[in-house]
Amino acid sequence: MTTTSDRDQLAYISSQAADARVNVELNTGDMTLNIGPQHPATHGTLRIACRLDGEQVIMAEPMMGYMHRGYEKLCEVRTYPQCTTLINRIDWLGSFANEVPFILAAERLMEVEAPPRAQWIRTILFELSRIANVALFLGDMGVQLGALTPVFFAFRDREHVLNQIEAITGGRFHPNFDRIGGLKDDIPRGWIEETKSVMVKMRTFCDEMEDLLVGNEIFQARCRGVGVIPADVALNYGMSGANLRASGVDWDLRRDANPGLAWDQIDWRVWTHPDGDSFARYWVRLQETREATYIVDKLLDGIPSGPIMAKVPRIIKVPAGEAYISTENPLGEMGYYIVSKGELGPFRVKIRTPSFNNISVVPWVMKGVYVPDVITILGSLYFILGDIDR
Amino acid sequence: MPQLPGLIKGLGVTAKTAVRTLFPKRGWKTLIPAPQKGAVTVQYPHEKEAPPDRARGVIALHEENCTACMLCSRSCPDWCIYIEGHKVKAPPRRAGGKARSVNMLDRFDIDYALCMYCGICVEVCPFDALFWTPEYEYSEPRIADLLHDKIRLGEWMDTVPDFLEYESGSEQKVRKVPR
Amino acid sequence: MIELLALPYWQETSIKLGLALVVIPTTSLILVYLFLFKMMAFMQSRLGPNETGPYGSLQLIAEAIKFLQKEDINPAQADRRVFRLAPVVVLASTFLLYVVLPAGPDAVVQNLDTGVFYAMAVSSLSVLGILMAGWASANKYALLGGLRAAGQLIAYELPLILAVMGVVIQAETMNLQGIIEAQATGEIFGIGLIGNPFILTQFLAFLIFMIAAQAELTQTPFDMPVAETELVGGYHIEYTGFRFLLFFMAEFGTAFAFAALASVMFLGGWWIPGFDVDSNILNILGPGVMLGKILLVAFFIFWVRFTYPRLREDQLQKFAWKVLIPLALVNIVITGIFKVVF
Repeated sequence: MTTTSDRDQLAYISSQAADARVNVELNTGDMTLNIGPQHPATHGTLRIACRLDGEQVIMAEPMMGYMHRGYEKLCEVRTYPQCTTLINRIDWLGSFANEVPFILAAERLMEVEAPPRAQWIRTILFELSRIANVALFLGDMGVQLGALTPVFFAFRDREHVLNQIEAITGGRFHPNFDRIGGLKDDIPRGWIEETKSVMVKMRTFCDEMEDLLVGNEIFQARCRGVGVIPADVALNYGMSGANLRASGVDWDLRRDANPGLAWDQIDWRVWTHPDGDSFARYWVRLQETREATYIVDKLLDGIPSGPIMAKVPRIIKVPAGEAYISTENPLGEMGYYIVSKGELGPFRVKIRTPSFNNISVVPWVMKGVYVPDVITILGSLYFILGDIDR
Repeated sequence: MPQLPGLIKGLGVTAKTAVRTLFPKRGWKTLIPAPQKGAVTVQYPHEKEAPPDRARGVIALHEENCTACMLCSRSCPDWCIYIEGHKVKAPPRRAGGKARSVNMLDRFDIDYALCMYCGICVEVCPFDALFWTPEYEYSEPRIADLLHDKIRLGEWMDTVPDFLEYESGSEQKVRKVPR
Repeated sequence: MIELLALPYWQETSIKLGLALVVIPTTSLILVYLFLFKMMAFMQSRLGPNETGPYGSLQLIAEAIKFLQKEDINPAQADRRVFRLAPVVVLASTFLLYVVLPAGPDAVVQNLDTGVFYAMAVSSLSVLGILMAGWASANKYALLGGLRAAGQLIAYELPLILAVMGVVIQAETMNLQGIIEAQATGEIFGIGLIGNPFILTQFLAFLIFMIAAQAELTQTPFDMPVAETELVGGYHIEYTGFRFLLFFMAEFGTAFAFAALASVMFLGGWWIPGFDVDSNILNILGPGVMLGKILLVAFFIFWVRFTYPRLREDQLQKFAWKVLIPLALVNIVITGIFKVVF
């Protein structure tokens, strides 16, 4: 045993020495490659400074803040109803899901609870925005790896979901539909049937993605074993959502810390994958999208009747206090810590966004990978710039 | 059963989509290519997309109902509504009563270059003076023209759709649009 | 056909030159319109360009005009002369490829005895242009793209040539016309009705040739030198306006040329069953038949391009050296044995 390991070590040292000699003789220094801030793979303005040796990454460092819009500060000078319009724009692909934890936190401070019908509709819209959000990831991952077609399929089928969201809330991307104590409006007639047919379409879309990407040998060659994040590292970096579940940690806030939405009323399952590589992250998201369509189907069947708004005053003043509520958003754990001093608007809002933590694992995971793998890992971690910088 | 290689399956998916787009018709008409029908895209200038009735396209103003109470202007998150009004004496409602003072609207402008379509103004209006319409064709070559005055906002009133019926189990009352 | 008219050398040459100048942009136009615009759009449930001309067929001309209007930017740090020369070198390799492509018994610019050898040699010239472009742009992405292109194209030149070798052994000639003649006069189990297109006997070689051609053309799944999402366009990242247009034209012109080579070597070229190989009528009908076969081959090239993700550079090298080259060698050995035994 010892001899082989000694020999291995010797071989390693001599290869290193040979490399060093070549480096000195040919003067092949490292190259710094800035991926971003303007780069198609960063879908936004994230900058990743890589030091390269040939095509191998020695060190990669993400630099954030190019799109900082100061939402925490802006919330301090706005009333609670006005805040939700801003919060819509944090994770702009799944914006209804952003409103929910904020409203829930404010409701907890006010000690009101939305009526059951409002909670069910909230949950449905939450899952719809998850589908709309993750469907785009499912296609976009293909583009990151060079396949042109999946992203068009994603845009095509996401449109159906967005149409359903628009039909009930009035806004495709920025619903601004959640209110303290309930919802702005009720479901229009015929919406439930349409949404069910859309869910069937989304399941077909998931099947197509399975045939087009997951089963594809090239896709597997590019993703399997690339960017492996073990469970303990993922936990240490505070990762959440599908990224964490792909590392084998069975942790889902919808099931584990349900803040009062309708998830605990129906049967569904949490998907995990033990591998922790890029393929596992894609696979988990694909299964979650499919699961979400079933969740929506089940919720649609059981919407209770009743009012959609609890008794709240017309001018909302939230009593003094502090509250933190987080939910399982499409990207991971998103939470709002609200400090109120009993005025019209919050005194301080701290926004905990999933992408910020998910992306901070980049320096750890990107050591020794190739430049194309940088793109694979970035794509599979799935961040949204607005969610990182907020 | 041996599985087809993923590479071939993928080719099948794209080919199937291409055939469906090119030959969307069924029955004996299958062989007539009709990509205009098969494509999911809307050929915008030729055909219009129909947004749902609740879509937040542009805000219409029903001027008779407005009392210049400034609630909408105050609750707007980016302060894009400009209202000016003055008080006038109106004849009393009943004969012999006291003369009322009524707010007259001088100016009601919405700057759509600033508006972020949140709908808070429509929601807070206590007098049913503001309504959403799904119209979306009002882009302008000059940004200053995006400031719609009360006449322009009043013209949008014709395009306001009726409020939709609710799904069963709802306790909401369907509101009426003043015409 | 042109030989039949017995024109003086200079007239003949200028006619051929004029034809080439018309044919090459037209071919890339056909490919781009049919496949890049329309087929890709249908595969993605879209319509593609449909406003310019009938069914959008003039879109590419509009795009070319757009490219010509754009400013010709040279990066400050670029090696100016090399930077400007690079697209011309790439396009020149495409032009030279067309010299030997036959479209009829006499409809060929120059009927070289070493046609296959010439085509392979000339097609690898484009690597030089790409490397020049990557180096001279003074851009890190372009440099990475250029180096990738060099490594990849050299790795795939070998299986390409080895795959062609099987055909050459079977046809006993390197002349492309000779290869078509060999296919036309060949027999399948004694039946000479459709000749003997080499795709039947050399199917392995055909597959290797198509895969290697895909890499040679830098089409997905082997488009790492371009790789929009990682290298943002690779070696042509700094090119604007008509210089980019030259790259673009060369890319699709070469795709057309390789599809033509494949259809000459494996699908029987311009020959139509039932006609004499030398009959003059094939000079008229041949180009049409060739075009049909080329479009068929190009359809597969682009179908794969629109469906697959791309491989990584090291995976591609492994695939070339560990799978394709041994397979090609095996194919040569088997072909040789059959040639000697039968």
